[in-house]
Amino acid sequence: MGIIVGKETKAIVQGITGAQGSFHTKLMLEYGTKIVAGVTPGKGGTTVHGIPVYDTVEEALERHEANASIIFVPAPFAADAALEALENGLKTVVIITEHIPIKDAMNVMAYARRVGATVVGPNTPGIITPGECKLGIMPAHIFKPGIVGMISRSGTLTYEIAAGLSKRQLGQSTCVGLGGDPIIGLNFVDVLKLFEKDAQTEAVAIIGEIGGNLEELAAEYIAKEKYPKHVVAFVAGRTAPPGKRMGHAGAIIMGKAGTAESKIEAFRKAGVEVAEKPSDVAFLLEKMIKR
Amino acid sequence: MKLLEYEAKGVLAKYGIPTPKGGLAKNKAEACEIAQTLRPPLVVKAQVPVAGRGKAGGILFADSVREAEKAAEKLFSMQIRGIPVRSVWIEEKVNAQKELYFGMTVDRLNKTYVIIGSTEGGMEIEEVAEKTPEKVLRFSIDPLHGFRSYHARQIAKRMGYTGSKLSMLANIFHNLYRAGVDYDAELIEMNPLAETFEGNFVAVDARIIVDDNALFRHPEYKDRPLEGEFSPQEVEAAKNDLAYVKLDGEIGVIGNGAGLVMATLDAIYLYGGKPANFLDVGGGAPSEKIAAALRIVLSDPNVKALFINILGGITRCDEVAKGILQAKDKLGIEKPMVIRLVGTNEEEGKRILAEAGVQVLDSMEDAARQVVEIVKRM
Repeated sequence: MGIIVGKETKAIVQGITGAQGSFHTKLMLEYGTKIVAGVTPGKGGTTVHGIPVYDTVEEALERHEANASIIFVPAPFAADAALEALENGLKTVVIITEHIPIKDAMNVMAYARRVGATVVGPNTPGIITPGECKLGIMPAHIFKPGIVGMISRSGTLTYEIAAGLSKRQLGQSTCVGLGGDPIIGLNFVDVLKLFEKDAQTEAVAIIGEIGGNLEELAAEYIAKEKYPKHVVAFVAGRTAPPGKRMGHAGAIIMGKAGTAESKIEAFRKAGVEVAEKPSDVAFLLEKMIKR
Repeated sequence: MKLLEYEAKGVLAKYGIPTPKGGLAKNKAEACEIAQTLRPPLVVKAQVPVAGRGKAGGILFADSVREAEKAAEKLFSMQIRGIPVRSVWIEEKVNAQKELYFGMTVDRLNKTYVIIGSTEGGMEIEEVAEKTPEKVLRFSIDPLHGFRSYHARQIAKRMGYTGSKLSMLANIFHNLYRAGVDYDAELIEMNPLAETFEGNFVAVDARIIVDDNALFRHPEYKDRPLEGEFSPQEVEAAKNDLAYVKLDGEIGVIGNGAGLVMATLDAIYLYGGKPANFLDVGGGAPSEKIAAALRIVLSDPNVKALFINILGGITRCDEVAKGILQAKDKLGIEKPMVIRLVGTNEEEGKRILAEAGVQVLDSMEDAARQVVEIVKRM
């Protein structure tokens, strides 16, 4: 079980011949992810770690059955790659690429909405359902199968918190990296809805950060729907100054909007426990689950 | 990237949007020359990438060439929010019977561009939205459909215009949208867009922020100097492809991943310390990049101690360890360092550092506490 990706996921890798694409294809294969084909324009006919490479997604899908794509294509061409995957009918597209222009990302999201597909990212570590499928670049050994669903806007901070969970024998159902950009495919509410229906998931860890108002909307949803599973939140950037981009393109406080206080306040109001430091996430979840 | 007013107005003019007649001066003599070609009354405006420039004294009025020259001289001696004035824009003052607001920005939640219009221009639109939300029009643009001429007419109509003024205004709105899309604007706005007594519309002030990630499509801005708006460390970091933000404390921070570094700063505060900076080396940083990060952080004279927090995923701990020693040798770092290093190739990284006599911790929170204590004892 878990959400979005699992045993049934069969993926193609777009940008498979690049350094990142090739390296992570190897790691995903080692993890047991079913990678059926790769695509790099101009490199059709070659292979990468035994995986056949095609010039176009169309051609790859004529030869292989797939339902997902993971994209390592450089930023100027990544939106084109995502649209190619979507138009050829792939319903789950994970965009690892960072620095995609906002305008391009908006076009991808609008098209995904029209065809009813799920986009994870851009600027995401990807998504992992431990023990079943890893469509991403996260260090796999940190994650263990279990009952905690994770939703995060950050990469390494997710690893930090997941490592803490795994150490306390709290495995994960699925970990979804939403991505650090201002325009991203999935938001916290979308994923909370999926975890709500997932039998394996008993608790959810939300890892937010400054910028935008996705955390506030998540809090509102949890309160309104009387969310039936345990939720713990952590928000990074309590001490970030306004008007400065903190590494992620999306992590910026504009005027009074997007502060950590606003997000923490929203979670507390919704009855969600907020962890003061990363290690408290595991500690709080453990207490709730035992109760 | 924030364009300066004169650059933004240049873009607008290119798209057929009327702007006041004016010119750019880099010194007093140039100011005098430009003022002579214009009809007073004049406005002299400091060209700095700061919103709310008027309130900070960066906009002066002049009734003669002589006064314009004096105003320019005054502005050249000023700093606006810490940024020295290197150029001024001198233009003919527009007599407005009404001031409008019109702009376009990114709606993160809807994942679209959003058009914002108001009949209450001339002040900050956030302020208008707070005090009189009914006077702010918002229109979401479907990326697959675009902002059409009839959308522009609908907005002009809703603002209360009819006849030839409606057409004129709708044209300006549509052209601003085209400029925004072509220039990959995160924000493009005319504030105010003045309606003159003669019945024309003129963009009196303009702002454009170009999406940094789209600069590859706008090579004309690629080599624009960053000095002034950013600290020397921020400029140096940008050159090395590192994300750095200057803060006002004394603990230098280096980490990998934006979220992890933010959480590191928060942890330092939690234990009573104050970070001197945010620095994210990004994923998969080689040793040279780590060394560059150390050099930049240590060039801030306020830094008393260093905290390096690495959780290796794509980043390899042995590369980090090599980078730290490289920088240590080259820079002769005397300041205390607290290092937390876990993840990919952790054992090798720890061995390299242990051999050089550098101690490494496993928990970021323990490490944060330790660095705060070290600084307190100093």
